[in-house]
Amino acid sequence: MSAPLLKLHDLTVTYERHPAVHHISGAFRAGSLTAIAGPNGAGKSTLLKAIMGELRPATGRIEHHLTRADIGYLPQAADINRRFPISVADTVLLGAWRKAGAFGRVAGYEMEKATAALSAVGLEGFGQRPIGSLSAGQFQRVLFARLLMQDARLILLDEPFTAIDARTTRDLLDIVGRWHGEGRTVVAVLHDFEQVRTHFPETLLIAREAIGWGPTAEVLSPANLIKARAMAERWDEDAEACEMPA
Amino acid sequence: MTAYDIFLAPLADYGFMRRALVACLCLGLSSGPIGVFLMLRRMSLVGDAMSHAVLPGAAIGYLVAGSLSLTAMGIGGLVAGLSVALLSGAVSRTTVLQEDASFASFYLASLALGVLIVSLRGSNIDLLHVLFGTILAIDAPALYQIGAIATITLLALALVYRPLVAECFDPGFLAAVGGRGPVYHVLFLLLVVLNLVASFQALGTLMAVGLMMLPAAIAQLWAKNLPAMMATAAASAVASGYLGLIASYHLSLASGPTIVMTAALIYGGSLLFAPSGIARRIFPRPHLKG
Repeated sequence: MSAPLLKLHDLTVTYERHPAVHHISGAFRAGSLTAIAGPNGAGKSTLLKAIMGELRPATGRIEHHLTRADIGYLPQAADINRRFPISVADTVLLGAWRKAGAFGRVAGYEMEKATAALSAVGLEGFGQRPIGSLSAGQFQRVLFARLLMQDARLILLDEPFTAIDARTTRDLLDIVGRWHGEGRTVVAVLHDFEQVRTHFPETLLIAREAIGWGPTAEVLSPANLIKARAMAERWDEDAEACEMPA
Repeated sequence: MTAYDIFLAPLADYGFMRRALVACLCLGLSSGPIGVFLMLRRMSLVGDAMSHAVLPGAAIGYLVAGSLSLTAMGIGGLVAGLSVALLSGAVSRTTVLQEDASFASFYLASLALGVLIVSLRGSNIDLLHVLFGTILAIDAPALYQIGAIATITLLALALVYRPLVAECFDPGFLAAVGGRGPVYHVLFLLLVVLNLVASFQALGTLMAVGLMMLPAAIAQLWAKNLPAMMATAAASAVASGYLGLIASYHLSLASGPTIVMTAALIYGGSLLFAPSGIARRIFPRPHLKG
């Protein structure tokens, strides 16, 4: 067993005092490939945003020794302004942020890296195309190319295969497998349990709280899945303050 | 009447026309690109709201200076506009109100307060100047102020171009790389307010966004990438300023509205004939082979 790369200690993230996820404890091991799975509204993306540092925990904490530059993040496609007039090449080059920062010059070798990243995702020659002209699958490939540029130790993917064609999903899953092979830690939010079973050795099953965390076959047991469905119910407007012990 | 009489003589003959032209050139160069970013951030109407928000500050500046001092009103407008921008941002982050809703509330309050202050002390003519601007009355200090604002805007845009693009295109990514998105958002709002204060002196609160949003819309119809869009917006704003001034001189029309109307005419033409315009939809060209 490799050492933990990132630990959650009794983590709670709330929305207007209601828990999006609460009291989650555990660790992502270095080099692990983990799916965060659960029904709609289970708090998967919220948990990912908290890990990424975009949302502040209401209670509990996240422990790691990573810098921002060590973390690569793939946002949900819906969070990106696809009508923005930016080219594919410029989008991929944003992945050089760690080196170039907000104001620095983008080095020549980063340009070459961007071209190589585009080839790796099957988009050779697409550099000058505006992103608005791409299909959903092609655009997701561009975002993966940007992640390749980032060369991150921890890669967080938020619903990476939603509304993506089967061929693209297969190609992108290959890239995820390659990252895993290179010893990077990958955490992906997914809702397709079949995909999780086939491609992700470890799973954190949540439905606003952790139901299971460990080897996928054990976590996605019929009993756990029934429990997950039952727990992802609507908010209780009259709920009392949560006093679950840490 | 020769071309010289039409296009150059008014400028050669009158200092106030030259000052107005320089003001228009500065405004166009900086407001056009700012308008493009406002539009791409889906904040087109926020610009309009902000332009009204500068009014109470300008009115207080007017009261304090005791006359239509553009510098005093400019400083007052800057303080008021920034306060509304920051307060709206703070309200939208801490309450359930979206930024556009809090902007709407603050700018309405601001506009009402501004008109009240002007009407307490000033005449109807002063109110007209505040609402519609006085581009032909721009003096040297006001011109320096507009020039300084244009210079600051262009330098700042060049400096924060990359984070601004990232924040607008993919805010989640910028947050993930620790890019401090909110800082650039506030900085951008500051640039918007600065430009509105500059335009406010020339075009008045009602039309201050005229040289910001119309050129941005024109640019979006003609250009495909961001640098080209910003250049097109600046060029069309500058052209509107010059042609509007000349037209207002020869036709004895009010300058501010004529300038904005010229931009509107260019927009109308672009709607019809630009690559993304209506004519191309009605008469499509044959598609390419590859």
